[in-house]
Amino acid sequence: MQLDWPILSILIWLPIAGGVVMLALGDRSAALGRWVALLTTAVTFGISTLLWVHFDTTTALMQFTEQHDWIPSLHSYYSLGVDGIAMPLILLTTFITPLVVIASWTVIEKKPAQYYAAFLILEGLMIGVFAALDGLLFYVLWEAMLIPMFIIIGIWGGPRRVYATIKFFLYTFLGSVLMLVSLIYLYLQTCDNGQCSYAIADFYDLPLGLNQQILIFLSFLVAFAVKVPMWPVHTWLPDAHVEAPTGGSVILAAIMLKMGGYGFLRFSLPITPDASDTLDWLVISLSLIAVVYIGFVALVQQDMKKLIAYSSIAHMGFVTLGSFLTFELMSVNGDTRGAAMGIDGAMVQMISHGLISGALFFCVGVLYDRVHSREISSYGGVVNTMPIFATFAVLFALANSGLPATSGFVGEFLVIVASFRADFWYAFLAGLTLILGAAYTLWMVKRVIFGEVANENVAALTDVNFREFVVLGVLAVAVLLLGLWPAPLLEVMRPTVENLVQQITASKL
Amino acid sequence: MISETLLLTIVLAPLFAAILAGLGGRVIGRVGSHSVTIAGVALSFALSAYVLKQLLVDGAAAYDGSVYTWLVSDGIRMEVGFLVDHLTALMMVVVTFVSLCVHVYTIGYMHDDPGYQRFFSYISLFTFSMLMLVMSNNFLQLFFGWEAVGVVSYLLIGFWYTRPTAIFANLKAFLVNRVGDFGFVLGIAAIVYYTNSLDYSTVFGARDLIAADTMQLFPGVEWQAITVVCICLFIGAMGKSAQVPLHVWLPDSMEGPTPISALIHAATMVTAGIFMVARMSPLFELSETALNMVLFIGATTAFFMGLLGIVNNDIKRVIAYSTLSQLGYMTVGLGASAYGGAIFHLMTHAFFKALLFLAAGSVIIGMHHEQDMRKMGGLKKYMPITYWTALIGSVALIAVPGTSGFFSKDILIEAVHESHLLMAPYAYWSVLLGVFVTAFYSFRLVFMTFHGEERFHADEHHKPHESPWVVTLPLILLAIPSLVIGWITVEHVLFGGYFGNAIYVLPAHDVLGHVKEEFHGPARFVLHAFTGAPVYLAAAGVLGAWYLYLKRPELPAQIAARVSWLYKVLSNKFYVDEAYQAVFARGSRGIGTALWRVGDVALIDGGMVNGSARVVGWLSGLLRHMQSGYLYHYAFAMIIGLSALLAWYVLR
Repeated sequence: MQLDWPILSILIWLPIAGGVVMLALGDRSAALGRWVALLTTAVTFGISTLLWVHFDTTTALMQFTEQHDWIPSLHSYYSLGVDGIAMPLILLTTFITPLVVIASWTVIEKKPAQYYAAFLILEGLMIGVFAALDGLLFYVLWEAMLIPMFIIIGIWGGPRRVYATIKFFLYTFLGSVLMLVSLIYLYLQTCDNGQCSYAIADFYDLPLGLNQQILIFLSFLVAFAVKVPMWPVHTWLPDAHVEAPTGGSVILAAIMLKMGGYGFLRFSLPITPDASDTLDWLVISLSLIAVVYIGFVALVQQDMKKLIAYSSIAHMGFVTLGSFLTFELMSVNGDTRGAAMGIDGAMVQMISHGLISGALFFCVGVLYDRVHSREISSYGGVVNTMPIFATFAVLFALANSGLPATSGFVGEFLVIVASFRADFWYAFLAGLTLILGAAYTLWMVKRVIFGEVANENVAALTDVNFREFVVLGVLAVAVLLLGLWPAPLLEVMRPTVENLVQQITASKL
Repeated sequence: MISETLLLTIVLAPLFAAILAGLGGRVIGRVGSHSVTIAGVALSFALSAYVLKQLLVDGAAAYDGSVYTWLVSDGIRMEVGFLVDHLTALMMVVVTFVSLCVHVYTIGYMHDDPGYQRFFSYISLFTFSMLMLVMSNNFLQLFFGWEAVGVVSYLLIGFWYTRPTAIFANLKAFLVNRVGDFGFVLGIAAIVYYTNSLDYSTVFGARDLIAADTMQLFPGVEWQAITVVCICLFIGAMGKSAQVPLHVWLPDSMEGPTPISALIHAATMVTAGIFMVARMSPLFELSETALNMVLFIGATTAFFMGLLGIVNNDIKRVIAYSTLSQLGYMTVGLGASAYGGAIFHLMTHAFFKALLFLAAGSVIIGMHHEQDMRKMGGLKKYMPITYWTALIGSVALIAVPGTSGFFSKDILIEAVHESHLLMAPYAYWSVLLGVFVTAFYSFRLVFMTFHGEERFHADEHHKPHESPWVVTLPLILLAIPSLVIGWITVEHVLFGGYFGNAIYVLPAHDVLGHVKEEFHGPARFVLHAFTGAPVYLAAAGVLGAWYLYLKRPELPAQIAARVSWLYKVLSNKFYVDEAYQAVFARGSRGIGTALWRVGDVALIDGGMVNGSARVVGWLSGLLRHMQSGYLYHYAFAMIIGLSALLAWYVLR
């Protein structure tokens, strides 16, 4: 049942409006600012659940659609809508943001109003990215999103924040510019009797030659690969995470990385299916490199945030692997059996990684707020002084190592099973994450959480307070729920995923 | 009819108790925690026994049904569900019974530990996980239980988390198990590939599909698909059941409190691999290559791990090596297609090995947390109940005719003898010689601990003492089945078609069928034993231990000095730990550092990222010289340009 009011616009503009109000209020009252931020994000989350409730799980069509004139001269519309792929990602966004607000409650002392405003505006923009049906609108929001994140890291970040923000900005911006070129090219291709279109749906129907497709594919690949990030364009992420404040890291890991995965599913695969087919070996190889190479690199990190950042890259490898299995499956087995499972796995992995990596970064934040160090060697025996925190940390660590009954298992399992259909060795290399993921995560747990109290700082630690407990508890429930009963999520996605598989296996040539 | 509610209660009672004791431990206190968890496990045990009765006495049909759909992807339904047949029911009763004994025992053993409630929560959570594992009707839930018991084991080995050795051991255990799980997941993926299902019944029904297919893992080498599937699954079993070369975690797992050594690392979790292979018998039967591998691995484990028990002086570690060796026996049984025999040995072993561990724990309490047998001796008079129960456990372990271990082990040895597989002779000699080894290290333990001179120095207040009744009661409860369960059940379980359809054996592999022809009741079997080699080997082992450790206690040191190289190899556990540490632990850190320093930092960041920045900087540095700001430079450049242009026009 569809709603007769523009829910997506409200989800986008409510937080942005909240952000603007906060900027206007300024730092006159930090307490007021916090509550405004919390209220706005909580209401946004509340409204977003209506998406889930009213979502029609029998269709792959866009739902809750809106369309208004935006830039008539360019035939670009303010056009919104969600399907089974975008909707869960929007829910992830609205779910994580209030937690970030709570997490930052007493932590941010410098210009809190602006800090929260940045997050609120960022939330609106991110929801917009997932909901945009117009290529140009998508691009504008996609780039606009960089600004609040740039500010968050650049102002509230650590000592090397300038280096990190420049690196972050240049990397992602360079990737995106090429995407703009492709979007404009696609726009020009749609022209028919002076009628052109930026609608993504119209791009799907364009008959494109293989060479055209390959160029478009590569430009999209650069944009999305940087965002995911895929090896070898990943080195901005550890630096950005290390310097970002906790809230920034959580949003970055939980949601912004998903933009890349979403981009592949929304743009690359359906617009350039033949190029995807031709170049899938490239994406699959890079994905497997991400899982194995990055797994080893994560093992030797000394900085907790860096370690989790590398772990993110490795886990996102499953997203890209799962997304691009379809073509291998077609060429090996001649049918699409397993393709939907690969994409299902990629999607679940995105949601799950959003929860788990967000939780892990939050855990590091809890420790950092107390000790002001992210170095593994500054800790040891935290469980002695913070037993409740340790319980959560171990839970999320196990989830990060893909333990069944946590969400971390679902996506990886589906992708491994699906990839076996394509090639034993894909499954073999991807499966190495069982060992590597456990090794780097639990080795960190051993050194940080377990053991004797290592030093005075650890001895002086106090366990989580109510605020922190709420954030960790909510995330823990989400991680367990998705691990124990992922069926509803899969149900929501099914028509869209099946439709996508059909779409991308139909050649445009 | 077995009802779903009944099965759900069996599974959820321990889970509920675990959550209550874990999250509400501070509220309900120590007594509350142990009461609720014991009540939960007792309920599970009672209902499991009832289920067994329904199957056996009332002739109820096996239960196979799903509880809820975990997810549906690509048309494949992944569910959580139960399969309860004779095989499962047997496991349920064994698991809940041993767990109950251990729960009660823990009251005494962990009495002074500040983590009392946490401990009860963990062992109840373990019971839940293990039940989920054995009661599953599909591969997904099997893997869930598989990993869940692994995690609880991880938490329990590291229960005393301030001890460096404990947190080293639990990480090691988890990672080694993950190597096995890696194979297991690949096996499951292969099964989905060939059968499009995760349900046992569908998969077993479609096994001919797998058997008919081949796979090319390496160009030019064709593998039977069923062999690949079975080997992958068996790698999982090797991890969990600690078979060579994935055995290294089990001795170290002794860092955990003794009750869990009994429950998890002897009686139940480590036998999950054995159970799994028996459950998968319809698949393994179709691949002789896989069966040969199972035989080889099992036999190697049975003999060589037993040897290590001879030189160890830590009472728990000796029993741990004995567990490895006995798991090897079970694995050999599986490889010889004597699945029923392996499960039967699993059952008897669960009783007597849990008993031995708990007795060792009792000794450890009595000795005020001393585990070194060289500092014991003569404890018999101080701890009579512990002594007698430990003795019962030991005679069962060395298969003294009539005890439970005798029936299970002798039948396994006979079964291997009947097998015609390539590896069967090797396996037969390994398990046969293993009997001597087992007897030797078992009675070495008994003699060093309970007999001979008192090698401890205790004043009046620290005299060894018998343990409280909560400790000795479980010992007695376990001693009874250790003695008699074999005699009572062997005929029915092994030769009475107990397992029915739960286990599938090809007629050509029916080794137990051959043993059955020789079997004419337990009493005759006991007599018959005296015509075979094992009983004399066992006696030789006991005598040898008696001679070396009671009669001439100075001899072992002399022998060790004489063949010091052998002693060194054994006491260093064949240097496997060292090798793994060097190759895998240090190796992967080396790879990680290399990839990071060279790949990420030097090439990508230094070359690509900062390199491109430098190229831009260098280029602009060059171009900058052209913008000197002097008007005459610009004018000069204009003149040159203009004349070049003109020249081009003219000369064109």
